[in-house]
Amino acid sequence: MSSISPEEVAKIAKLARLKLSQDEIALYQRQMSRILDSMAKLRQLDTQAVPPTASVPWIEPSPREDEPAAFSNASALVALAPEREGPYFKVRKVIE
Amino acid sequence: MSATWEMICGLEVHVQLATRSKLFCSCATDGFGASPNSRICPVCTGQPGVLPVLNDGATKLAVKAALALGCEIREESIFARKNYFYPDLPKAYQISQYEKPLAENGSLAVAVKDAPSKTVGLQRIHIEEDAGKLLHAIGSEDLDYSLVDFNRAGIPLVEIVSKPDIRSPHEAYAYLQALKEILQFAGVSHCDMEKGEMRVDANISMRRAGEPFGTRVEIKNLNSFKAVRDALDYEGRRQIAALEKGERIIQETRLWDADVQATAPMRTKEEAHDYRYFPDPDLPPLHAPRSLVEAMRRELPELPEARRRRFIEDYGLSVSIANVLTGSRELADYVDAVAEITNPATATPTAGNLIATVLLGFLSERSLDLSRVIGRVTPESLGKLTLLIADGRISKTMSKEILAEMLNSGRDPEEILKERGGGQVLDEAQLAQWVRAAIDQSPKAVADVKSGKERAIGAIVGAAMKLSQGKANPTILNKLIKEELAP
Ligand SMILES: [Zn+2]
Repeated sequence: MSSISPEEVAKIAKLARLKLSQDEIALYQRQMSRILDSMAKLRQLDTQAVPPTASVPWIEPSPREDEPAAFSNASALVALAPEREGPYFKVRKVIE
Repeated sequence: MSATWEMICGLEVHVQLATRSKLFCSCATDGFGASPNSRICPVCTGQPGVLPVLNDGATKLAVKAALALGCEIREESIFARKNYFYPDLPKAYQISQYEKPLAENGSLAVAVKDAPSKTVGLQRIHIEEDAGKLLHAIGSEDLDYSLVDFNRAGIPLVEIVSKPDIRSPHEAYAYLQALKEILQFAGVSHCDMEKGEMRVDANISMRRAGEPFGTRVEIKNLNSFKAVRDALDYEGRRQIAALEKGERIIQETRLWDADVQATAPMRTKEEAHDYRYFPDPDLPPLHAPRSLVEAMRRELPELPEARRRRFIEDYGLSVSIANVLTGSRELADYVDAVAEITNPATATPTAGNLIATVLLGFLSERSLDLSRVIGRVTPESLGKLTLLIADGRISKTMSKEILAEMLNSGRDPEEILKERGGGQVLDEAQLAQWVRAAIDQSPKAVADVKSGKERAIGAIVGAAMKLSQGKANPTILNKLIKEELAP
């Protein structure tokens, strides 16, 4: 049973910016297929009477008032970056 | 553009909601022009383990926007993750809404020049967060890397998607103006394009009248309403030229280059979009219960279209003047304040014309903003000036001179008038004195009038006018002289 093709695995890997070897593609194809097969089994259940669930219920946070509050350590966040320049995060060039 | 071709255009407009804090964290939204990365926190920079908490103010403003634009509002809508990799997006996904947006099926009345307004349908309005800002150059120097500022990341936006109802570059321009106007009126957004608070993407295709829609092209990098109009104009011509040569239009994204006034295909390393939307498990559904919707409806001010209609019907203003005077909420409020002092049916059209011609002319001439002028010429004093005209005490020409003086000095119109000799005299007893003296002075003209030469009355009016030093009202003089000489 293989509900996902190696090409689909390669495409998802590309979208996720993952570089996979042929062996890894085969491995993930097997694993993802098993996950999808399990989901397919679940889909056989009659859920007509069950409302769609977009998120698991938990205690809903009370709405946040629109009141700004500064985070005290913004520069520490920049300091965490692998590369930075002055107050900026530095990344590889993204336009030609 | 060839008459047989029709433009089919829809606009996607991103508008920044006028909140003080970001959509899912408490960082301030005043980061424009502030030092880079000074308005950031673990949430809006996508640190592991953080949870977004929705800003109630953003929900309220988005509901207001949806109401102002006549949309149906979902009581429960869902936040979704839109996945893509780009360095301006710290989490590698944008929190947006996909399958169940906040609002759908709205409409916007668009005034195209002086024509009756046209209605553009709105497909949907959804809430989403903004991305950060990338810097590719410092000054004129191109960098061989990119710098990222996340001050803007997480700022609340609504995306307003129109139906493909727009038929010309001018309609697109008018649509954007109407949209900006209504959002500003409703207090939803400041819509300051310079600060990136309003951003536009356009979808356009061409078809021969009656044919099905053709392949559409998306245009990005539209930094002003004028850019939208020019880009649509260019792109329409380009597509017609291609179609008339028998070429096919490719579905693609093109960028507008204002310097060369042309669109060009966007060069991208990205494959076709595959955003893999799915409901955000970190966020509960967004609730907009009827009680909230009704509370927001009560807070909405009178919107431009309704106000325009009222200005035309109640104040007797022309369509074009009403369009000008409802151009901003501040200006329209000013007109209403003036109308409270003047008599709506008779004097307000005069006030409206004065504002539209003299006052706004003065504004653009001196490049002043409205609030400064309103401070100088209060609604009370403009109302007084209008009543002076309505009562016939000053001529329209004189009113313009007085208004110019009021704009310069901020003084009271009555005071200025007194200084200039008091304007026209209306007192009939005084006028009658001048009339009798003038008749005494002009025996020949009197004889002429009595023998049927009606035109000779002009000489007597002139004499009376001279006696009054130009202050008499000529219409009343004429009437009194006729009465005096009547057989
Ligand atoms: Zn933040």
